[in-house]
Amino acid sequence: MELELRGITKRFPGVLANDDVNLTVAEGEIVALLGENGAGKTTLMNILYGLYTPTSGEVLVDGEPLELHSPGDAIAAGIGMVHQHFMLVPVFTVSENVILGVEPVGRAGWLKQAEADDLVREISERYHLAVDPDAMVEDLPVGIQQRVEIIKVLERKARFVVFDEPTSVLTPSEVEGFFDIVRGLREDGKGIIFISHKLGEALELADRIVIMRRGKTVAEVLPEDVSEADLAELMVGRPVELVVQKVVASPGEVVLEVSGLAALDDRNQRALDGVSFQVRAGEIVGIAGVQGNGQTELVEAITGLRRSIAGSVSIGGADVTADSPRRIHKRDVAHVPEDRQRSGLVLPFTVTENIVLDSYYGPPFSRGAQMDWGAAKERAEHLVEEYDIRTPGVDVTVSTLSGGNQQKVIVAREFDRDVTLVIASQPTRGIDVGSIEYIHSRIIEQRDAGAAVLIVSSELDEVVGLSDRVIVMFDGKIAGEFDPATTTTTEIGLAMLGSEAKAS
Amino acid sequence: MTQSGPPEGGWGDAGYPQWFARVTGVGSSIGQALIVPVLAVVTALIIGGVIIIVTDVDTLRLYGDSPGEAFKQSFIGVWEAYKALFLGAVGSPRAISETLFSATPLILAGLAVAIGFRAGLFNIGVNGQMLIGGMAALWVGFTFSLPLILHITIAVVVGIIFGALWGGITGFLKGKTGAHEVITTIMFNFIALFLVDYLLKTRFFQATGRQDPISKQVAESARFPSLFEGGRVHIGFLIALVAVFFTYWLLFKSSIGFEFRAVGFNPDAGRYAGMNVAWIYVAVMGVSGALAGIAGSNQLLGLAPYQALPGFSGNTGFDAIALALLGRSHPFGVLAAALLFGALRAGGRSMQGLAGIPLDLVLVMQALIIVFIAAPELVRSIYRVKVPEGEEGLQLTRGWGG
Repeated sequence: MELELRGITKRFPGVLANDDVNLTVAEGEIVALLGENGAGKTTLMNILYGLYTPTSGEVLVDGEPLELHSPGDAIAAGIGMVHQHFMLVPVFTVSENVILGVEPVGRAGWLKQAEADDLVREISERYHLAVDPDAMVEDLPVGIQQRVEIIKVLERKARFVVFDEPTSVLTPSEVEGFFDIVRGLREDGKGIIFISHKLGEALELADRIVIMRRGKTVAEVLPEDVSEADLAELMVGRPVELVVQKVVASPGEVVLEVSGLAALDDRNQRALDGVSFQVRAGEIVGIAGVQGNGQTELVEAITGLRRSIAGSVSIGGADVTADSPRRIHKRDVAHVPEDRQRSGLVLPFTVTENIVLDSYYGPPFSRGAQMDWGAAKERAEHLVEEYDIRTPGVDVTVSTLSGGNQQKVIVAREFDRDVTLVIASQPTRGIDVGSIEYIHSRIIEQRDAGAAVLIVSSELDEVVGLSDRVIVMFDGKIAGEFDPATTTTTEIGLAMLGSEAKAS
Repeated sequence: MTQSGPPEGGWGDAGYPQWFARVTGVGSSIGQALIVPVLAVVTALIIGGVIIIVTDVDTLRLYGDSPGEAFKQSFIGVWEAYKALFLGAVGSPRAISETLFSATPLILAGLAVAIGFRAGLFNIGVNGQMLIGGMAALWVGFTFSLPLILHITIAVVVGIIFGALWGGITGFLKGKTGAHEVITTIMFNFIALFLVDYLLKTRFFQATGRQDPISKQVAESARFPSLFEGGRVHIGFLIALVAVFFTYWLLFKSSIGFEFRAVGFNPDAGRYAGMNVAWIYVAVMGVSGALAGIAGSNQLLGLAPYQALPGFSGNTGFDAIALALLGRSHPFGVLAAALLFGALRAGGRSMQGLAGIPLDLVLVMQALIIVFIAAPELVRSIYRVKVPEGEEGLQLTRGWGG
């Protein structure tokens, strides 16, 4: 059994998303499809799943061409997809979600709930998924929700399963469990396509790696023959620095001082509990930790977006604990927010409008209430050039830019002034290798120019690579402080999971 | 569901519902903004014609005997009706005056709703804001005796202030307590409606010697003067035009409008960028209520008998929602839509008089236009207009009025 995409070309107005792409996957094989954002991976998979019709080319199973006009056709042909954003009904139970659309019914349309539960239980046991059919989906952690999606695919008798960026939503420990599940599926004879832009994961999991760049398949390699650097070069089309290059920090005076800070989360639970630390001018402090251990609340409390319930924050010696986001911004604080699409950008706004999003209210962009769009545009054009933002122009809405370029818009907006403190949350989440390298170098530039830098990331490698000091957060508290030069990632990883660790 | 999305990305996750954008037209390009409204109007006219035909009983009987003649009769019937409609709307200076007169409150109320849409707020409370603003202007109008221009100015300004306050309260409730503006504005409509009923029975407002709820009359010096002899169109229309340009400037050329639009698309990003989101909600509803306040003043200072009756705002506040939709929430679009509806009303009155077609047909047509606007897919499928691929994501033009 073999699934083949042959000569797929897909043209959108002004964009050649796929250009004569070929890809095969056999049963019992894991193929990783690597590529930067915008390389055409998602378009290709949407064609495979019947969401797009290719401009030319065909999809074959065992040499027989398929007619794919809808996801229903793809499912009937044995192709299943686990999307990056889950397609689950939060208020339904696991088994209700699994049978949605294919409900087993008896006489008079009576739903055979017990049968559905048994089915879910059986699939769950067979692949060691440990999913309770009666659990409400909204109560489940993301990792388990993903397993529900996997059960859905398996219940529909898929022989080929596509995973679209499956690990981007998972914590490091969940990733391990996920890999085991995928290997189990391979053992069972399923053909797997694993879409990712994470090099290490492709090397670890895949039997074969296919690399896409600008809509074309540019290489097909075996994981044992290549290194991460080779893969990065193939993806980006030029050699990439995967290891952050930086000189030893020379910390100056304290810029950010957080002491005894506590805050509640959106559900009024104490999410941040007596956190104290300092960041000095000219050093990068990294906050590591599994997501949801108070990092979000910490950053929001520092930047004025969240009220703290105890403790204080001072920037450059001034107490800013109760200050508004704007007042803090005016103290030359650059803030790269955790979720660029949720809060960092107004997606339907143009590049220009986003560039002035937090500086529109004064000269040179406005006088009184009158905006000077000419000045704003000039500024945007300058920054597009300066920060290598790939866009057809400054009047394009940012929603049309790739994730990496969207992030560069934010970085350009926040960094291009005299900055004394940089706060960057997940600065490179979900963006391509080339942009990661670029953003890292800009952050280091800020440090070398004398700014105090606070990085929050759930990517341990990123924190360790960038930071001069690493603080680990667990359960709203600081679980340890490490010198990345003398500590192994294993030690830090253990602290992230809450085990007792000694500060170095 | 094939290929309606952008290649990759798109603003599905923007927190800004796509249906809202599609229906209100916020964020769409100029060409796209025009296609659906134009087709909607054409379709409504066609359906209106069909209604005229099938309700013409005499001609229908004729179809049994001589279909050819009957068909001709039907055609003539529709032709005559639409001719009367057209001439009544723009056929003479007097007709144009009627069109502009009918359009005036619609422009103002439509702007009130549109500015809310641009800021992501659904102001259903225009009627209530009109009532409160109008009553305040009326009070100035019958209480004082001042020189002409001064009296009108003060009356309208007071109407603006009270409309803004009435709207601002609901903005405050949303900003500070999270109460949804749809609910609060509807409730504030009721409060305003019954408050006006009450006020009209107090000695403060009630016309002297009357037992029924009717107000005192606005002094001559506070009545909107006509723009020309014999026509009903008055300076209210000029005020409405100023309001159109002001709203355009506010939304697209001012820093306040930038905040309105940013918060409208993404309040989280607004908060992150240092905008005071709660204050912006108050400001948006205040401006919206101010525009409604002018519309309400217009209904009392610019319309004989220059007195307030219960519920004098009529249906304007709800027609305004339709107008904002039709005008794609753009000030100039609202102006065009209001002129169209004004023309339909003025023409409808002449159609009723000359061709004997009840005015209600025009209201049916207005409602049809709205249905088609609200269901753009329906219009597109009737005329087989393709949604350009990636309309939501791949906009290479910025919205109207860059």
